[in-house]
Amino acid sequence: MMENRILKDENDRVDGFLKVTGGAKYFAEYELPGLTYGVLVTSTITKGKITSLNTKEAEKAPGVIAVLSHLNKPSAPAYEQEGGSPMKIFYTDKIFYNGQPIAIVVANTFERATYAASLVKATYAKEAFNTDLEKALKDTKAKKLQGQPDYKRGTENAYKTAEVKIEQEYVLPIETHNPMELHGIIADWRPANKVTVYAKTQGVKATQGTIANVFKIPIENIQVNSEFVGGGFGMALRTWPLEIATVMASKHIGKPVKLVITRMQMFTMVGNRPAAIQKVGLGATKDGKLTGITHKAFGESSTYENFTEGVVNMAKFMYQCDNVNTSYTIVPVDLGVPIWMRGPGEATGAFALESAIDELAHELDMDPLDFRIKNDPEMDQQKNKPFSSKNLKEAYKLGADKIGWSKRKNKPGSLVEGSWKTGYGVSVGVFNANRGKASVKGILKADGTLVLQSATSDIGPGTGTGMGLIASKLLNIPTSKITFELGDSSLPPAPSQGGSATLSTIGSAVNDVCVALKSTIAELAANSNMDATSKFVDVLKKNNLPSIEVTKESQSGKERDSYSMYSFSIHFVQVKVHSLTGVVKISKIVSVGDSGKIVSPKTARSQMVGGAVGGIGMALTEESILDHRYGRYINNNFADYHVPVNADVPEIEVIFIDKPDYLVNPMGAKGMGEIALIGFSAALANAVFNATGKRIRKLPITPDKILA
Amino acid sequence: MINFQYLRTTTAKSALTLLQKDKNAKFLGGGTNLIDLMKRGVTAPEKLIDINHVPLKQIELVGSKIHIGAMATNTAVAEHPLIQEKLPLLSWALNAGASAQLRNVATVGGNMMQRTRCGYFYDTEMPCNKREAGSGCGAIDGFNRMHAIFGTSDKCIAVHPSDMCIALVALDAEVVLATPKGERKILFKDFHRLAGDTPQLDNNLKADEMIVRVEVPLNNFAKNAYYLKVRDRASYAFALVSVAAGLELQGNKIVNVRLAMGGVAHKPWRLTSAEDFLKGKEATTENFEQAAKLSMTGAKGFGENDFKLTLAPNTIIEALNLAKSKA
Repeated sequence: MMENRILKDENDRVDGFLKVTGGAKYFAEYELPGLTYGVLVTSTITKGKITSLNTKEAEKAPGVIAVLSHLNKPSAPAYEQEGGSPMKIFYTDKIFYNGQPIAIVVANTFERATYAASLVKATYAKEAFNTDLEKALKDTKAKKLQGQPDYKRGTENAYKTAEVKIEQEYVLPIETHNPMELHGIIADWRPANKVTVYAKTQGVKATQGTIANVFKIPIENIQVNSEFVGGGFGMALRTWPLEIATVMASKHIGKPVKLVITRMQMFTMVGNRPAAIQKVGLGATKDGKLTGITHKAFGESSTYENFTEGVVNMAKFMYQCDNVNTSYTIVPVDLGVPIWMRGPGEATGAFALESAIDELAHELDMDPLDFRIKNDPEMDQQKNKPFSSKNLKEAYKLGADKIGWSKRKNKPGSLVEGSWKTGYGVSVGVFNANRGKASVKGILKADGTLVLQSATSDIGPGTGTGMGLIASKLLNIPTSKITFELGDSSLPPAPSQGGSATLSTIGSAVNDVCVALKSTIAELAANSNMDATSKFVDVLKKNNLPSIEVTKESQSGKERDSYSMYSFSIHFVQVKVHSLTGVVKISKIVSVGDSGKIVSPKTARSQMVGGAVGGIGMALTEESILDHRYGRYINNNFADYHVPVNADVPEIEVIFIDKPDYLVNPMGAKGMGEIALIGFSAALANAVFNATGKRIRKLPITPDKILA
Repeated sequence: MINFQYLRTTTAKSALTLLQKDKNAKFLGGGTNLIDLMKRGVTAPEKLIDINHVPLKQIELVGSKIHIGAMATNTAVAEHPLIQEKLPLLSWALNAGASAQLRNVATVGGNMMQRTRCGYFYDTEMPCNKREAGSGCGAIDGFNRMHAIFGTSDKCIAVHPSDMCIALVALDAEVVLATPKGERKILFKDFHRLAGDTPQLDNNLKADEMIVRVEVPLNNFAKNAYYLKVRDRASYAFALVSVAAGLELQGNKIVNVRLAMGGVAHKPWRLTSAEDFLKGKEATTENFEQAAKLSMTGAKGFGENDFKLTLAPNTIIEALNLAKSKA
């Protein structure tokens, strides 16, 4: 009965041992013969032009091999062409943001390169700039771009005439991904234009493609290795100019070059979750039926590349409501271009929408959970399609029981014990149940092992572990006999790891490969007069085959056209707020995942726990602070940019609905990387309101805001 | 980082001699702050004199004082039975600071010498009078959420970042310094300075002097003491406001009291007027509130740190209440 096999928690991460013993090798740890070290020189102004760049002292410094900048335009054929939006590093004297790389110094040791980089002197012609979203919004002359087509269903701004309504503004600061592993790359350009890189990337094929494009060399000449990634959260979803600079440098000097950027540079040149200002208007009948949703968002982008994300998506379908309108505007400011950060725009949007839902429930004097259940949609009104699966009502109940929702009082500030006030909050999260196209190769061997290969990544979710479990279930091979190879661009192609799609996309291809291997074995068994239940090892031996191989490409079929497919989560938070000091202590978290069948319970739980921790950061502690007079970050280090520490993280209970959705993919499983975080910050803000009566609409919720 | 010479010595005397030879030399203790500052280009000593092997790690009772060597690590002090029994306030304050990893290498002397965490001080591309005299203060009209509300000057509003020092100033500690002319003593409350017109100077240690030890007189505050640190996350964050409170109670009467505050000034901020007010009074919330109010005389916000004008008195009240209820 393979179909009903319960996957227990004892299925450890396949790479867990390597990771905790230091055996996992990350990009910066590769020691190539003749390796040299790059260090970036960065702009100290925010906008303008470089008028001079003196590299003489740096070039004379001990151990220095080369200094590359716009003055010597190191070879990158694509950059010689006119136009194109990505920043052409070292092909322009223009400064778009403070901290922009303007030169790379390569030396025979890291320390020498660092010292020499300090000797490069630039002068600039400064121009007026703005790094402040709020200021840009007030300035009617400041450029604003449509980030997504306006959406309207029914009457526009219907909330304004509703029996009960709220209209509020919500503000998010810049949040920086800040994975523990610093960004960078090792590039090794060899004669005949053969390039090998060791990268920190969420997509080895994407990195390979970008390098091929910029340098105009055949894709097969480029080998990208990225077996282990020390966290990405979205920031390694593209190949950044600094990586191109390193490849340029290696091409220029004919030696491998390693670049690892500093923690400070992590704030400026590898993206962020952009600041956003959102206006939400909600209206309902007196008995709590939503009659109007208006969600208008303004998100930061850069002046040299546009960046958009799904900030207002959720408003269009999450609740039953006939009148919905949304708009999303991007506002270019003089900062480095943002990039998706876990949950991306949906997490930004959910803070506003799910706070507003709580505010309206309060206006209606309704339990916010009852209010959500009352407005839970039967179908997707935006797409006019049924949901492939949605079990939110069950999820609400399970989570409410676990957190002890019945102890919650609807009147804020009701639960007081000494100086501490207790409150409960809830929020929904939702994200597309994406599935892309991927290929997987399976090699089934007579020694009883299975090797699976695909050019996907593992930035932490446990890709190999999940894939092993899918194959184990289908072929009845213990996971200890299965190896999943990834992070290598020469393997069968797969998309980048992002958008919660890896398990669905690669897993489906693993499924198809295993099904094919199974039928090949059955065929071989039949042809050699063996019992249909014969073990594959025996079948292969009988046929004198050391192994059999199958490669399959897999993607969705037409079912995607007929259904609306989403993963859902519900976050419950219990907080204690100190009435004198404004300190918020989270005492309990319950996260419920409604994301189809759970393939790998341990790593799935880990995803949800990690998402909640990321959510704590977004809600309580994380903010990249700029001094807008200078366009420079103030708290660009791990002491002052506060990611949550263990002491901030309470008991987290994770519940899964665990019902398969076979419309999404053959495993019936949906992704959960994003839903683990989406909505969390609103649940926390709602809990703080319930505890204190204070509605904090500007993240993060720090003690000063509670006391204000 | 700029190249520097590394020297190691094993006696206080030779350390002092090496220091006097070179104006641009600095002592290296745990290095948890100095190395950061060197990496950021804030400071560039030509010589580092490693004093980690100088035998100044004692933690002992001498007469009626507890002597703590300048090279004792923060962890060693915080976990020492003598400190935990006689000076628990110091132990708690130490454990409220930094992270376990930092405390394991950071020394008492280094803790006293650590520099402000003001972001403008750390960024050599921004103005800072403390780093570069006359370049201006970025914080006064900039990001000053973490900054001082007491004893500020128009040159600098940075705060002293230590937790340990708040407890030591509350506990009437003295600092023993080795000088070319022999030892000298200075009250802990006089060791650090206000910024005034010389924000580049954090303290009154002279260029040719070395911290040898700290002496803390025995007291009766061990029973009713509390170190309350309010911060943006539960650990590994600098104080928005912290309060070290020690009460000596007879019944509910305050026989003696010590109060000091962190995160509010360029030096550990002793609250003497609140102490004077509370001495001899009943330990009631009303009196604590009155004391907190008195403590705020002369406080001034700079915009983003205005919340400290509310948070500081609140934290004093809460710390006193918690100290009282310890027994």
